[in-house]
Amino acid sequence: MSSPEQWTHPEPREGPAATAAAPSAEQVIAGLRATSEGGPELVQLLTPEGERVENPEFDRYVADVTAEDLRALYRDMVLVRRADREANALQRQGQLGIWVPLLGQEAAQIGAGRALRDTDMVFPSYREHGVAWCRGISPKEILGIFRGTDHGSWDSNAKRFHPYTIVIGNQVLNAAGYAMGQRFEGKVGDGDSEATMVFFGDGATSQGDVHEGFVWAAVYDAPLVFFCQNNQWAISEPTERQSRLPLYQRARGYGFPGIRVDGNDVLATLAVSRWALDECRHGNGPVLIEAFTYRMDAHTTTDDPTRYRHSDELEAWKLKDPIERVRVNLVRHEHADQDFFDSVQADADALAADLREFCFTMPEPPVRQMFDHVYAEASPFVDAQRDEFLAYQANFAGGEH
Amino acid sequence: MAAPVISKPNGSATTQSLTLGKALNLGLRTAMEADPKVIVMGEDVGKLGGVFRITDGLQKDFGEHRVLDTPLSESGIIGTAVGLAVRGFRPVCEIQFDGFIFPGFDQIVSQVAKLHARTLGRVRVPLVIRVPFGGGIGAVEHHSESPESYFAHTAGLKVVACSNAVDAYWMIQQAIQSDDPVLFFEPKRYYHSGFMKAEVDTTATPDPLFASRLVRAGSTATVVAYGPSVKVALDAATAAEEEGRSLEVIDLRSLSPLDLQPVFESVRRTGRLVVVSEAPSEASLTSEIAARVQQECFYSLQAPVLRVTGFDTPYPPAKLEEDFLPDLDRVLDAVDRSLAW
Repeated sequence: MSSPEQWTHPEPREGPAATAAAPSAEQVIAGLRATSEGGPELVQLLTPEGERVENPEFDRYVADVTAEDLRALYRDMVLVRRADREANALQRQGQLGIWVPLLGQEAAQIGAGRALRDTDMVFPSYREHGVAWCRGISPKEILGIFRGTDHGSWDSNAKRFHPYTIVIGNQVLNAAGYAMGQRFEGKVGDGDSEATMVFFGDGATSQGDVHEGFVWAAVYDAPLVFFCQNNQWAISEPTERQSRLPLYQRARGYGFPGIRVDGNDVLATLAVSRWALDECRHGNGPVLIEAFTYRMDAHTTTDDPTRYRHSDELEAWKLKDPIERVRVNLVRHEHADQDFFDSVQADADALAADLREFCFTMPEPPVRQMFDHVYAEASPFVDAQRDEFLAYQANFAGGEH
Repeated sequence: MAAPVISKPNGSATTQSLTLGKALNLGLRTAMEADPKVIVMGEDVGKLGGVFRITDGLQKDFGEHRVLDTPLSESGIIGTAVGLAVRGFRPVCEIQFDGFIFPGFDQIVSQVAKLHARTLGRVRVPLVIRVPFGGGIGAVEHHSESPESYFAHTAGLKVVACSNAVDAYWMIQQAIQSDDPVLFFEPKRYYHSGFMKAEVDTTATPDPLFASRLVRAGSTATVVAYGPSVKVALDAATAAEEEGRSLEVIDLRSLSPLDLQPVFESVRRTGRLVVVSEAPSEASLTSEIAARVQQECFYSLQAPVLRVTGFDTPYPPAKLEEDFLPDLDRVLDAVDRSLAW
């Protein structure tokens, strides 16, 4: 197999030189290979067929994972997928303005999310419904963002899960600053220390803020795990449009380790995330993880992937489903019986039904909500606008418009 | 640019004669002593003490973890300050020059300004962004701009501008104590100028941060200014007095929120208003003031609100900046036109 560099940047051949904008036929083929395989440096502990493969470097980070733990990881993934599908359906039925599906990225998010401790801090992008689940945040608390009633209702201080950030890459710098603060406060240095994990996608790696975040976290030795979910597509643009180099290799240029993990392998993602967090706790951060995964659904419910990608690519990734490989492993080793799978499915359906019921009964936000929190301190100017508008609305209280 | 030589402050135990720059330095020092969560961050603010020496000596006394020489990355300065603020710090960011704030604009508008509202008040972002602003120093491009209107336009931000040493000392401390993000504009032209040197009594009770101040009483016309333009307005008032005209001068101090009640009261007495700012006029703070004054003082106005501002051009090469900047003569000309209406 060719080296990772060659997937996106092959040796020169006869004919016109390839560029990022006009890839050669070889690069196109190489790109597809990169998309479908992940390469020899991919850390994988569970194959798509559910085989546990040994990894001398990372086995120890999941040596304590029991059959019960694996069942719990399975349950997490099934439940977040079920909630995701329910929310997607709610959008199709007009109950949500938009939904951002996580389908296919369950292992990346649950593996990372379950590696975190309560004392760690998380900065998500806007697709991290699975990580939110691991932080004890109900899908209900996310729904308002997409129904248009609020921008997220969880307590980010208590849950240590920052609000969703929609401007691509902004949160990477915010996370770098937070992690710098952990270091300045002396919360770094041993296994009991704190760390921060920030989530972003392959598209975000082209943003200046992400590059600046790499620089800042590196020069301040911040305990920050950069968790890049490379789901292969930034809306319609493939990863080849963002980088000539496999993304994890960028870390080298900033002076910290980068690693590519099979993002559809929850066990490998858990192991690599634990390793990376451990490095950060001991003062060896930052670390970049590229979780190699696939966005099985559209970018959002407004997107139409049939315009820019082939269905055979999707079919190929279906064979690498993150949930199925764990199910196969549990069955093969007789770590779970049908009753278990039935009960997980029942829990998932109950979660979905509860989410649906909640969505239907979500109250409209009060008008004053938009005025009341612009500033922490008193704001007579905004208050006056609010009062004037409320009085204006009250004029119509009798129904006369 | 070369650093001017700054003499040691003198005076009594609680009153010191300070330049605007030295007053800022003392204010920062006092805030850092009062609260260990206050940290200063920016390009060259540590060993060098900042290109204007405003943070001189702070790193030596408070250490490298409280006075951060940062990478050359304005989005990074603001973006990491947001994370530090979420963590519980009170960062004071220095943007080296007005024209360099724009790489950080996204973080300021998208995160700094909106996090509190986004979280319905659960997350506070108590950070200060110090910006040396305005012209008159003969600099190259991007070193003389007045970008304050962008930030006053953005909900969630507070914006202030100091014009003298006493305010500099107090306002920087008040901005740091504020639980809201504050853009803090400093008239760089007067950092080390004797014009703005003043006796600073560190035991005095300061005026509120978000309040304008009547700095010269008068009856013929009202002149409103802020930052470096306050001196222009005061000089114009002195010159006008020789012609028997009594100009009232108000220093806005706070640009968002605007404290315009004193302006309204003044205009109701004088019937005439001239607004002075180095920023271009279109869609600016001076437009906002003109709109609000006509709304509140419509029947008191004897003439339209007139504005003396920088032109709606990019800031010009230094040889032209004296023509670009509002000066005493242009202010007096505007007063003449107002009176002749």
